[in-house]
Amino acid sequence: MAITIALAGNPNSGKTTLFNALTGARQHVGNYPGVTVEKKQGTCTAENQIFDIVDLPGTYSLSAYSMEEVVARDFIVNEKPAMIVNIVDGSNLERNLYLTLQFMEMGANVCIALNMMDVAGKRGVTIDVEKLSLLLGLPVVPMVARTGKGRAQLLKTVADHVVSRPAPLKISYGRDIDDTLDEMEERIRSDQFLTDPYPSRWVALKYLENDAQILEAGKAHLAGTHEWLSAKALKLSHHLETTLDTHPEGMIADQRYGFITSILKQGVISHTLDPNRLAWSDKIDKILTHRFLGPLIMIGVLMGLYQFTFAYSEVPVGWCENFFTWLGDRTDTLFADGLFKSLVISGIIDGVGGVLGFVPLILFMFLGISFLEDSGYLARMAFMLDRVFRMFGLHGASVMAFIVSGGIAGGCAVPGVMATRTLKSPKERLATLLTVPFMNCGAKLPVYALLVAAFFTDYRAQVMLIITLISWVGALLVAKLLRSTVIKGPATPFVMELPPYRLPTFKGLAIHTWERTWQYIRKAGTVILGISIVLWAMMTFPQLDTRTVSNENTVGMHTPGAETMDPGAAALRHSIAGRMGMAMESVTRYAGFDWQTNIALLGGFAAKEVVVSTLGTAYSLGEVDPEDSMSLAQRLKTAEGWGPVTAFSLILFTIFYSPCFVAVVCIARESGSWKWGMFSMAFNTLLALSLSIVFYQTATWMMS
Amino acid sequence: MMEGISLRRMQVNQTGTVVSVRARGELGRRIRDMGLVPGKDIRIQGRAPLKDPVSLRIMGGTLTLRNNEADYIFVEVH
Repeated sequence: MAITIALAGNPNSGKTTLFNALTGARQHVGNYPGVTVEKKQGTCTAENQIFDIVDLPGTYSLSAYSMEEVVARDFIVNEKPAMIVNIVDGSNLERNLYLTLQFMEMGANVCIALNMMDVAGKRGVTIDVEKLSLLLGLPVVPMVARTGKGRAQLLKTVADHVVSRPAPLKISYGRDIDDTLDEMEERIRSDQFLTDPYPSRWVALKYLENDAQILEAGKAHLAGTHEWLSAKALKLSHHLETTLDTHPEGMIADQRYGFITSILKQGVISHTLDPNRLAWSDKIDKILTHRFLGPLIMIGVLMGLYQFTFAYSEVPVGWCENFFTWLGDRTDTLFADGLFKSLVISGIIDGVGGVLGFVPLILFMFLGISFLEDSGYLARMAFMLDRVFRMFGLHGASVMAFIVSGGIAGGCAVPGVMATRTLKSPKERLATLLTVPFMNCGAKLPVYALLVAAFFTDYRAQVMLIITLISWVGALLVAKLLRSTVIKGPATPFVMELPPYRLPTFKGLAIHTWERTWQYIRKAGTVILGISIVLWAMMTFPQLDTRTVSNENTVGMHTPGAETMDPGAAALRHSIAGRMGMAMESVTRYAGFDWQTNIALLGGFAAKEVVVSTLGTAYSLGEVDPEDSMSLAQRLKTAEGWGPVTAFSLILFTIFYSPCFVAVVCIARESGSWKWGMFSMAFNTLLALSLSIVFYQTATWMMS
Repeated sequence: MMEGISLRRMQVNQTGTVVSVRARGELGRRIRDMGLVPGKDIRIQGRAPLKDPVSLRIMGGTLTLRNNEADYIFVEVH
């Protein structure tokens, strides 16, 4: 039987490093039920026992305010791990023990892995490990997770102590609180109020702390007891306010720190250097967050990340493309012409190719971002940019997602959406992932190139600059709009740690990058393949038979351009997509779009560059290579109803309308709900249509 | 009881001792979770290029918070 061990600790305490050191490659990533919080699990064999190690999210506390904290404490309460290995940063002992106390108050069986003893030593911090263990009453193992030092000792200690069942820790919170806690605890015990699964004193404590989750559970369990406890808590709160100008929640936190200080002062910790003196990390900060140098260096780093993601992934992306082209060609010679071949090539191979084509991008993006995150620089970026992004209801760390998505024209929204994982504030994160698709990804560029080449030949650079500005301003304003309507709510507190700079370990980066990429392939891949087949069917069915073609070519002359229509264009018009395009013309003509453009935009839902090739087919030019669209540009110039106004209206629409379905699938996955995937399709398209109509109508009116 | 000045008004490199944290709810909890409780010594480390947020040293670590969050923290300057 495997023994379940939970690994818990503060962010930046080396928890992931320890997890990797313990489990090696034997780990898998999933989600905690019902939430988007990542759950990592792995196994480890030691002392003739198998340990099933669960990596709890990194938290500073166990309140009910964040999903991570709720997940961590629910796991401890419901899954009852045999032991919590609490990784504690030895160079920042005081604050790290605050979480430890909360585990102990829950009555959990805790073992401290005292990490970063090397860093502590360099900072002049000496810790009396035995004394700490004695005073806290739990095992403490000194270690250096980066080098694996202390790993064997840790496992041995865990094996020796898994059977311990300590009583919940009782801290004195001062007379007033202690007396109330005693009374409440008595009532909780006698009513058996929430005592399965929570310890009684802990429930009382949570009532004093005004903990939303426990209050709700209590109300549902026994309303009478709940009322009584709430009244008690309120009375104490009034009392503390009038006598001490404080409140229970604040006082409890203060006393927890008081308890820690009293332990550390008994000779556990000694400093040979001033703990607040400037470490080398702070000296680096003097430059990297400098008023003028800081932003300049940051621009450099962002450009570097962009280069790294898109330039270096070009080669493997090329291999991917070549492989699938080759596969398509092979299939082409293998089967006879017909529906089956079309399904295999256009539906399946293009679909799988589309999914895998993003893999090198995602891989490089996560490698780059993991490096910035693990090194500590990401936190500095958030620090420097927070003032700007906060105005729009976003977070300083949102910048990464915007840049990767195409904030510098040519990115991709798929890795961009996935890059929002570095954001810990839920509302800011959702607003970011819904607005990053407005950036100009690499697939939109061929569309712009086509239209600029046809209608704005002399103003290429200016138009491209305007497009970039419109997408940034649009994304930020929409973020502001969303944050004041559908994702309303006050900003998540920014209080954040600036961790010391560290050189990331290669192993950590590799594991991190690989597991996220694999997750994309496995989870998103299947859905994307399915949708790609559906889109193929929409563009193919119902099919034309030859009789209808001749009919249309001789009789059906109602649509402009039909007289010159070749079989490819006629077949497209006859398909579901074609019919949708025709039906939508009644609305889209106010934005200047004819049915051909509509079909092309529908095709763009598969991938934005498809707009160009589909437009080619619809305008009877056959397949147009998105990289070389001069013939199409010439055709559009002479086409009826086309001009700079229509072209710019289409550019506006392309910036804002629904993300391609790969991005939609990623949005749904990252937000944890299909609701948001659907929202981004509908909302973005409506927004794009309104903008295009307003622009087209105003421009034509002004020109007439 | 000592009043102190709000953390927002402190200068870079100034040191002081936290005397009270007036925030409640989530913000109050977050501030305290990070160790900003009465009795702790802090030193203002720097400000972001746009003067907000502020970064400070406490218990051997570095924290950042926004100016409108710093308003709730009162410090007796050394």
